Amino acid sequence: MASYILKRLVSMLVTLWLIVTVTFFLMHSVPGSPFDKDGKNSNPTAVQNMMAYYHLDEPVGVQYVLYLKSLLKLDLGPSIGHFPDSVNSMISRGFPVSFQLGMIAILFAIVAGIALGTVAALYKNRLIDQAAMVLAVLGIAVPNFVVATLLIKYVAVEWHLLPVAMWGTWRHTVLPGLALATGPIAIIARMTRANMVEVLTSDYIETARAKGLHPFVIVTKHALRNAVLPVVTLLGALIANVLTGSFVIEKIFAIPGMGKYFVDGINNRDYSVIMGTTVFYSALLLFMMFLVDIAYGLIDPRIKLHRKER
Amino acid sequence: MWRRSRKASISAVAAPEGLAREKERETVREDRLPERPPAIYDGRTAAPEPAATEKPASREPREAAEGRAPGKTLMAVENLRVSFRTHGGEVQAVRGVDLQLREGETLAIVGESGCGKSVTARSLMRLLPEQTSKLGKDSRIVWKGVDLTRLKEKELRKLRGAEISMIFQDAMTALNPTLTVGEQLIESIALHRKVPRSEARKIAVEMLGLVGIPSPETRLKQYLGEFSGGMRQRIMIAIAASCNPSLLIADEPTTALDVTIQAQILELFRMLQQKTGVSIVLITHDLGVVAETADRVCVMYAGEIVESGSVRELFRRPRHPYTRGLLASMPRLDRDRSRQLEPIPGTPPDLFAPPPGCAFAARCPHAMEVCRLHHPASTQVGGSHSVSCWLEDPRAQQAPPSSPAGRSAAIG
Repeated sequence: MASYILKRLVSMLVTLWLIVTVTFFLMHSVPGSPFDKDGKNSNPTAVQNMMAYYHLDEPVGVQYVLYLKSLLKLDLGPSIGHFPDSVNSMISRGFPVSFQLGMIAILFAIVAGIALGTVAALYKNRLIDQAAMVLAVLGIAVPNFVVATLLIKYVAVEWHLLPVAMWGTWRHTVLPGLALATGPIAIIARMTRANMVEVLTSDYIETARAKGLHPFVIVTKHALRNAVLPVVTLLGALIANVLTGSFVIEKIFAIPGMGKYFVDGINNRDYSVIMGTTVFYSALLLFMMFLVDIAYGLIDPRIKLHRKER
Repeated sequence: MWRRSRKASISAVAAPEGLAREKERETVREDRLPERPPAIYDGRTAAPEPAATEKPASREPREAAEGRAPGKTLMAVENLRVSFRTHGGEVQAVRGVDLQLREGETLAIVGESGCGKSVTARSLMRLLPEQTSKLGKDSRIVWKGVDLTRLKEKELRKLRGAEISMIFQDAMTALNPTLTVGEQLIESIALHRKVPRSEARKIAVEMLGLVGIPSPETRLKQYLGEFSGGMRQRIMIAIAASCNPSLLIADEPTTALDVTIQAQILELFRMLQQKTGVSIVLITHDLGVVAETADRVCVMYAGEIVESGSVRELFRRPRHPYTRGLLASMPRLDRDRSRQLEPIPGTPPDLFAPPPGCAFAARCPHAMEVCRLHHPASTQVGGSHSVSCWLEDPRAQQAPPSSPAGRSAAIG
């Protein structure tokens, strides 16, 4: 087990290094520099000084080595766009917000997805099922920024039910959470339905019926437990997905999370912010996948032992 | 005809069992039913005349002495018809079954796969899926004076697991793998006996002890995967018996078990019955199990009961050619081992479009012209023994049924 974990850690570091390298050179291969935007009327000497301050006047190779060095010290460098701010402090400010939004979205996705999938399975091949599955396909097919704008237009602007944008109270979290959850809801709903349909035909459900249990108890206690197990394994990937997928949603709803910094960073050619957020999210994703794999390893050989501890 | 097709056809009864199992079971049964005269089992050569000519009245002196004292009727099933809607059309799985079940008795329903045994058993507690199954209009299942076909789901739920409970074939799949065994016991005890969970827990421990599971306290917290096959079936029985039901329906309870365990489980049934006086409906395709445990037997074929009677009547004097075929296809200790078993050739009829006459006619060595066209009525042949066969008709008894004329009718 220990050697497996060690191996995984090494391969994670290699993957991370590859991501850093590719992102770094891709970013620098795009023509222009962070000071081009308003370059025409700025002082050329000032620009020269700034370039020197950020080591942007050196060859790309040297910059790359410098960046890797600071990365080893877990220092993501100073922001170019927001001068006195460092990327580390931007992440420590923005990530909690993004994390909160992501968790709300995952919560929506689990509750709504499992409910939708269960109902669809119970009314298999009937109208409710078909409607739910059409919704699920739409949820996968329609990008979340479209859902977000629709939600803003109707729920916020026309019906005045919830705030249009910004962050603060729980009311602010509902719309972005929903928009972010549409994809995961659809995925979880389809998966739950498929598992549930199978579980409902199993013998122990008939036994539960023969015991005279209420249908609600049969579904929630006997069926759901078994149908949802595969969904749990899917959750690790989904959480990472939702956290990274929140960039656009955060921008649309003007949420001060990491997504805002990331999108702003790209617009401003803020090299260190682009690199910093990319590295941070890559590391997060890799870590989530690592956790899921570890969980598999624990579940796989002695599923009984694992359940016993639960 | 029987001889010719023997090699190719599949034995109706013996085939699902491994040969080794058969052999073992014989040792278990060795001391039981020793009084059987050897000729009974032999479906092919047993001359039907003695059975056919014997007067019903002269035959049943032991009826009263046999089995437990018959109680009053617990359940009466009249003209039970069940059909299923499928893509291909409507399957008539059960076609007019009449059953009487008395208190404290064990009724076995025997027949080969797909003859409607399990469907009949499930309809007794209305367990069939409402979406796809249909109960006949004039079917009645009268339970302690109440017609179950008229009850709503809510009322049925109070009955299920409490008054009527069910034991399924494979406890591995019939119990929930993600709940502890204790939880599965406690939930129905708490529900039907209306006791708090702590009390239900105590009853659950008692029940596990009763069915012979050692250290029930710790076993209660374990999951299904931690038990052996026989243990699982014991748990299944404990759950079914936990609310003191009046009727236990056991659907092939021992089919998935090896013979030693099978004997133990059957012994457990006997013990339960003696302790609580519960009636048992035993669904099986294993005549050995029937001989060992049942008081009365119904032989089902193609959704109908073709012959029914007490175990002794049926095993001593099987009247229906199908029953004889079943008995002949079973291995016996008191017969030469080099002799081959007699299978019943052919397969049961298509229940999408069951034949108008006797369903067994196509496979019957004694089939006559009338068998294919007209449905035989049920004939009382003494005591509780009745059979649905044209051979019982006085007009058929003039000619020996196994004569060449009869056979050619079957083929033609």
